[in-house]
Amino acid sequence: MAGSNPNAKPMNLTLNVWRQPNRQAKGKIVEYHVKDISPDMSFLEMLDVLNEDLLHTNQDPVAFDHDCREGICGSCALFINGRSHGPEKGTTTCQLHMRKFSDGDTITIEPWRASSFPVNKDLSVDRSAFDRIIQAGGYVSVNTGGAPDGNEIPIPKEISDRAFEAATCIGCGACVAACKNASAMLFVSAKVSQLALLPQGNVERKTRVENMVAQMDKEGFGACTNIGSCAAECPVGISLENIAILNREFLAAKATSNNLA
Amino acid sequence: MSWITKTLTSSIGRKIIMSLTGLFLCTFLVVHLVGNLQLFKHDEGLAFNTYSHFMGTNPIIRTIEWGLVLGFGFHIYEAFALSRRNRAARGTQGYVSNHSEQNSEWTSRNMGILGSIILIFLIVHLYNFFWRARFGGLPKVGGNDLESRDLDNLYLAVVDSFHVWWYVLLYVAAQISLGYHLWHGFRSGFQTLGLNHRKYTPLIKYVGYAFAVVVSAAFASMPLYFYLFTNEQGDLKAAIAAPIMHAVASAF
Repeated sequence: MAGSNPNAKPMNLTLNVWRQPNRQAKGKIVEYHVKDISPDMSFLEMLDVLNEDLLHTNQDPVAFDHDCREGICGSCALFINGRSHGPEKGTTTCQLHMRKFSDGDTITIEPWRASSFPVNKDLSVDRSAFDRIIQAGGYVSVNTGGAPDGNEIPIPKEISDRAFEAATCIGCGACVAACKNASAMLFVSAKVSQLALLPQGNVERKTRVENMVAQMDKEGFGACTNIGSCAAECPVGISLENIAILNREFLAAKATSNNLA
Repeated sequence: MSWITKTLTSSIGRKIIMSLTGLFLCTFLVVHLVGNLQLFKHDEGLAFNTYSHFMGTNPIIRTIEWGLVLGFGFHIYEAFALSRRNRAARGTQGYVSNHSEQNSEWTSRNMGILGSIILIFLIVHLYNFFWRARFGGLPKVGGNDLESRDLDNLYLAVVDSFHVWWYVLLYVAAQISLGYHLWHGFRSGFQTLGLNHRKYTPLIKYVGYAFAVVVSAAFASMPLYFYLFTNEQGDLKAAIAAPIMHAVASAF
């Protein structure tokens, strides 16, 4: 395999995995052992090995969310050894490799925890609260018709770069999982800043921030206390500056919008 | 609910009240500290008693005092409201393993505990000094000086309290808590108000650290000074005074 290290020794690991049959059930940590794990495997491939073992012995495999496995879809979401997406900075679970661990390690794997993220099964959580926040205002309304020309609306590079930085948020929920207050403000602020910076988003700027914050509160997420765990654990490096922008946008919108409700 | 109450009870609205009241209370700390520095003046409390008489009787100060009551009240109320909301958001099932120390500062995660220690101190402190100064119970300064003899002798009450070991301990513990509280709170207040800029945020952060250390250390120095270095009238203990006097004398 290209890029693999022929000297890397396979590892034997102990896994403490959160098992919970369904939403209502009370879960618990179950200990498993996996053998001959290659350091070149991703964390999810290691879990695939575990699940294969479980299937071969007629046990229920561990449910976990994953999709693209290349760090861009935001599906994978594991709380590994007490950290969102594990010990490596700026990495999603799928991009975390087993070479970050050592032979004989015990790894604790838990689902994201938050009242607004109920556990579906084992390590899979329901993050549809994020979808509903996006539905409340995280979009730009466009009239149907002929496709507009590219670059019809000129956007200075500096602005588009800043908007893009905020747009890198993949909505994985690591911020909520890491936050002591289970606050979703880093996520919401990334979406609000991204759209507020661009001319297309300027039209709905005030209603957007009002509606998204209202939905965020309705979903039961906590309030930010500027601890900074979220930004430290964010796999794509969304910065706390966005939360300051969110606060500014919110205050300005509340003070000047035509919405009296 | 009108748009105003909706704004102020939203998660961001409550945060903004926290930050505004918090920063307002920082200005109060400065005023309180500067006034209290008069305790160190070796005039048997004349300056301090004159000052405390002014603070207790001047109509402008008495009006602003209500602002202070509201500042404390809202800061404490919002802290409870936000803590309740945030605990509910976190949920009943916690993490089996959570290494938050690897991604954030201890002070930032424990503002509620630090604030609670300060609140307990505040209640004792208000009862001991403010209540007695405002609603009686303090002896007059007395003596022959016409200017000062009718003033309440708050100075003596302070010096007296600062010779009670558990009071000194509570004072110092509360000031350490205040220091940590400000360590996070000062810069956090600016962030909540949306004041985050790569030019100023590092400056605000270090000014906040300096503010936290200077204010808490200066407040803590008062009970320690009187407990360790003076007798119960506020005069320097002879064993300590002699070498200091000697040092001062030999300097000239």
